[in-house]
Amino acid sequence: MSDLSDLRQETAGLVDAAASADAAARKLSVWRRLARNQSVVIGGAAMAVMLLVAIMAPFLGTMDPAEINPAWRNKVPGTELTGTAADGSQGWVYRMGTDTLGRDTYSRVIYGTRVSLIVGLSVAGLSIAIGLVVGMVSGYVRWLDGIIMRVMDGLMAIPGILLAIALVSLSSAGLDTVILAITIPEMPRVVRLVRSIVLSIREEPYVEAAISVGTRLPLLLIRHVLPNTVAPLIVMGTYIVASAILVEAILSFLGVGIPPEIPTWGNIMAEGRLLFRIFPHNILFPGLFLAVTVLAVNMLGDGLRDTLDPRLEKRM
Amino acid sequence: MYGFLMRRLAATIPVLGMVALFVFLLLRMTPGDPAAVLAGDNGTPQQIAEIRETLGLNKPIPVQLGIWFSNLLQGDLGQSYFFKKDVTELILLRVEPTVALAITTLVITVLIAVPIGVIAAYRHGTWLDRCVMGFSVLGFSVPVFVVGYILIYLFAMQFKMFPVQGYKELADGFFPFIHRLILPSITLSVIYIALIARITRASVLEVLGEDYIRTAHAKGLPNRVVLLRHALRNAAVPIVTVIGIGVALLISGVVVTESVYNIPGLGRLTVDAVLGRDYPTIQAVILVFSGVYVLINFLIDLTYSFLDPRIRY
Repeated sequence: MSDLSDLRQETAGLVDAAASADAAARKLSVWRRLARNQSVVIGGAAMAVMLLVAIMAPFLGTMDPAEINPAWRNKVPGTELTGTAADGSQGWVYRMGTDTLGRDTYSRVIYGTRVSLIVGLSVAGLSIAIGLVVGMVSGYVRWLDGIIMRVMDGLMAIPGILLAIALVSLSSAGLDTVILAITIPEMPRVVRLVRSIVLSIREEPYVEAAISVGTRLPLLLIRHVLPNTVAPLIVMGTYIVASAILVEAILSFLGVGIPPEIPTWGNIMAEGRLLFRIFPHNILFPGLFLAVTVLAVNMLGDGLRDTLDPRLEKRM
Repeated sequence: MYGFLMRRLAATIPVLGMVALFVFLLLRMTPGDPAAVLAGDNGTPQQIAEIRETLGLNKPIPVQLGIWFSNLLQGDLGQSYFFKKDVTELILLRVEPTVALAITTLVITVLIAVPIGVIAAYRHGTWLDRCVMGFSVLGFSVPVFVVGYILIYLFAMQFKMFPVQGYKELADGFFPFIHRLILPSITLSVIYIALIARITRASVLEVLGEDYIRTAHAKGLPNRVVLLRHALRNAAVPIVTVIGIGVALLISGVVVTESVYNIPGLGRLTVDAVLGRDYPTIQAVILVFSGVYVLINFLIDLTYSFLDPRIRY
């Protein structure tokens, strides 16, 4: 929900928390200040756990998430598998039950973490990379500015999920298509932010000084403009991670996202839909993971915003 | 005022034009030959050629854009591949559930979000404030469909207070209509409430620091009057602005909510169209939704001078 990250920042515009960041805290190093911020610590720790889960997925007592076991379909959480599984192991406990094909929901949810994080991080990385370049061009090349901003206005007038759905429908669904389809609606916000930073930096005396001593444009951008975008972009990137994870889950849930054989939280829930009334676990467990992850990223984003760049709220 | 109206209207036209251009390009980029799709599996090459002729598909792209655009202005959105009907007709059939859902959601949102936002601002820094802010962050993080299923599980399956899914038209009576709309509307409003409560709190909080609020208190006005007549009125403009921007959120939510609750509205139509690769319908739905979004925000701009007489155009 690209609209979401956008709105969060706009509404935060008047929130007082940042304004109260006292001058004493400002003197501490960035890392000390971050470590003092509750949201950063909690959100960051939760994200670190999720990252570990994603990396360690095969070692967390999971089985092959694609393994179909027809004899053990639709089992409630806690059901014990008696006898021998396909891989020869015995006595398996379905911690989160199984789905309609007899696949282990726990393993699928754990492996699903990988897809969500890959999508979230790739979308954030891509939209920031594209947005940075386009935004700088827009801020510096005056004749292109009007055209670029009109295109961005048009993109932003299309509700994010609709645009992503339409883009996904253009080609066969796959991880890369989904990442690209979510990136395009997210990117205009980055462009706007970078452009606004560039426009305000241009007027700074040190930039004028740099120009007057003959600094060339590429060097000027790298040495003076780029560093100013780092803090706001870290914050914005965090919000994009959160909204990209949500949008991916929504696309998969609607059946238009990542192919159903890949375990993602959205796909698990999509499969759990039909039998939700009898076996709610296939929706509730991935839903819980999804909500906790997005909550953690959002908290991290709020905390980063308050510590790194309190003025940012007003600018975005 | 008139001049402002014209300027603001003029600003929306390039945006809508840009959206229309994107949507046109979207159809051009689609895989497959639309004429072959419309002719069906048994279409002869001759039929395909005829369809291509009538649709103008053998003309150069700029000409096609012109034709498409003039059709668009006449309200002709093309033929659906999947439903074999005029898309305009298809959309008109699906408007009622979506509009009903959107309006009930809006009503619920404003009734809940504005009061809790004002209270949170008034009790700034207390546990009540922290609860509202906590809910707001949570509301942004829990996906619409998870909220939907949790509500269905609790209120439809456990307590049996509401039907699980489905939609009844207003023509079938008001009670069955609203009874089936309550759960979907609450589902959809969660994220919207989170948003509006947050902006209401922030905006009222800022106003509460003003001198005239102190004056109002000093001359002995009851808190209720100070909050509603003095604080909320002055905080209204940013709140209403965000309600408008939040429509994008609402539209995205409609697509999901209608799927969860099996409501035959525009959101479901979107999903069905994507699953059926029904490009003309996808195009039309995007156009309609984006148009509504831009239009609502235009109308909201017009309310500013009404909400705040200091603003004159």
